[in-house]
Amino acid sequence: VTALGVGWTQNAEGFRSGRQAFRPVTAFDAGRQRVRQAAEVDLPASLPPTRLTARHERRLDRAARQLLWAGVECWRQSGWEPTENLPLVLGTTSGGMTLGEEFLKQAQAVPASNRRQPTRVTHYQCQRQAMSLMEALGFTGPLTIIANACASGANSIGHAFDLIRSGRTKRVLAGGFDGLSELVFAGFNSLQAMSPTGCRPFSADRDGLGLGEGAALLALETLVSANQRGAEILGELVGYGAATDVHHLTQPHPEGEAALQSMTEACRVARIAPEQVGYINAHGTGTPLNDGAEAMAINRWAGATAPMIRVSSTKASVGHLLGAAGSVEAVICLMALRGQWLPPSATTREIDPVCRFDFVTAPREAKLDYALTNSFGFGGANASLIFRRWS
Amino acid sequence: VSRITIQGVGAVSPAGWSVADLLQAVSLGTALPVAPLERPARDFKLPVRRVPSPASPQAWLRQPRLRRVSPISRFATAAALEALGADAGLVGAGALRLGIVYCVMAGCVNYSSRFYQEVLNNPATASPLVFPETVFNAPASHLAALLGTTAVNYTQVGDDTAFVQGLATAAGWLLEDRVDGCLVIGAEECDWLTSDAMRLFAPETVLAEGAGAIYLKRSASGVALEAITDPQIYLGRDPRSAAIRAVQRELETLGAPTQLFDSGAAQGDPWQDWPGRRTSLRQFTGDAFCAASAWQVVAAAEALRKPSTARVSVMVAGCNHAAIGLSLIRA
Repeated sequence: VTALGVGWTQNAEGFRSGRQAFRPVTAFDAGRQRVRQAAEVDLPASLPPTRLTARHERRLDRAARQLLWAGVECWRQSGWEPTENLPLVLGTTSGGMTLGEEFLKQAQAVPASNRRQPTRVTHYQCQRQAMSLMEALGFTGPLTIIANACASGANSIGHAFDLIRSGRTKRVLAGGFDGLSELVFAGFNSLQAMSPTGCRPFSADRDGLGLGEGAALLALETLVSANQRGAEILGELVGYGAATDVHHLTQPHPEGEAALQSMTEACRVARIAPEQVGYINAHGTGTPLNDGAEAMAINRWAGATAPMIRVSSTKASVGHLLGAAGSVEAVICLMALRGQWLPPSATTREIDPVCRFDFVTAPREAKLDYALTNSFGFGGANASLIFRRWS
Repeated sequence: VSRITIQGVGAVSPAGWSVADLLQAVSLGTALPVAPLERPARDFKLPVRRVPSPASPQAWLRQPRLRRVSPISRFATAAALEALGADAGLVGAGALRLGIVYCVMAGCVNYSSRFYQEVLNNPATASPLVFPETVFNAPASHLAALLGTTAVNYTQVGDDTAFVQGLATAAGWLLEDRVDGCLVIGAEECDWLTSDAMRLFAPETVLAEGAGAIYLKRSASGVALEAITDPQIYLGRDPRSAAIRAVQRELETLGAPTQLFDSGAAQGDPWQDWPGRRTSLRQFTGDAFCAASAWQVVAAAEALRKPSTARVSVMVAGCNHAAIGLSLIRA
């Protein structure tokens, strides 16, 4: 689920062509904000049929609804059945923040009234949003919620990968979600991290990021288990690396030390060399500091083979999805591997000369076997995932 | 997970800034003092148990990253440093790969409410220094920077059970040799918003603040994690009691514990007829979600120092998501 649409088909078409989905914010009043654009999701008026009651559905906030749409699509596509021991690993930065905002506003403006406040408290919490997903799809199991800022979605998939590889489980439902909220939108505005002129990742004249919202889930399963039930396999997750950048709370190390560490670790786990990676979906927020550091990290990681590595940032199309970014971008890698195409950063015109790699600014067909996605977050959370084309 | 042992514990609680302070308060068997917390726009105050001011200035607060941090970051850092002990030097020297699992429910609510209030007043003047401190993983990031560790670092969010699940995450990293040691921290801070929200569900509950930390390593000696049960999710009819019973059954398969550390007796509690020694820390400390769960595990680990104690069980019934159990033995 992104501002390009709901579901694989709409998103694949949008990312393949490099379409942009930014517009003036309608989710809340952004009139007094420095930047007033975002990539908002237009959800269908009603939710897909699930086991949730109509009353339960009404209590879901914007983020939980996006999670539910992504969950239902993933569940149907996977062919999984309701079960009692399916781990769920989710990444998010702010859960049901819009409900938290409503709670605070009412607690101050109408302090004697508790009307709807218990519901807001309950559904604000991300474990409650996750439980709603479980109820909707008819499963239970251990729940892990990773809140590693903008790397959360990638960390959640990586953690699920670890759970399966270590033999602790055969299947995990994993991904990330985040909805637009006034607090977070104002936060990035306060940092002057948002672009007033449009997100242009790795552009020489880039001046900030654009915010978006969305959700993506992956049904991860051992190959043996998937083959036994004749599942359609969309791709293979082969590498995961995570590292911590201790340079600054919100700024990356200028040489991309932790990014280099996470990419190197992911390659080690995948047992591949950088030149085997046919495409990198960069974190590529469009901020001067992130893209410069990430470019340095990719240059160092790829070494002499850097010019062979094709890179783009799909945040040019749908913005920065925060806790959902890593999981949505993982799905984009799967789309690229299955379709053998590269999603462009179509807003970037003059590529920053620091980029020694092949930066993709126009739609392109490509032969690729491995795709890597980077996610870096506040607090120095860095994560890289590597997928392999399944054939 | 029995090859994973507890090498250090730390605690910041309403009893003070050390494990010794916490254990002394529990041994006295009396509830810690309650303080009133201002509730804006109402004519009543909310009862809470705050962490007292430290007896002496903490040198690490002079670190640039830690000067302006919220209380939750200070609690988490102090508890982590107490648990890590002398190994902090090894981390800084690059001789020990240290992972961090930081667990919260409410998280950095002081700065979140403050920042959102600034946004409502005028977004153009909302502080760019405050916003990054509202992010769930800010305390874990500060701690990593202070210690100089670039290894894997997760912030896990959930109800009280998230801390015990954090122990399982850390054990997995250690067993897979991704890290040499791992800190697992549970932390929370008091705020009128959290207390006002809790009042809607459990008006008798007194919320508290602080942090607890467990330092884990692969080792043949020390207090070992014998087992961590599956978390039992609160779904279906009578979900909480059913979940607690399921956890109890799983713990009982390991053998009878000498002592049980639980998160508070509840109606229909399946442990109520259990004849062994039982300690519910929250009745002394107040409830602090993940921090309180961490205090339970800290106290349980310390109980195993007595030769007469062979096995302790920790039972955490979370406030709105799940129940989970942990068994500790002397390795």
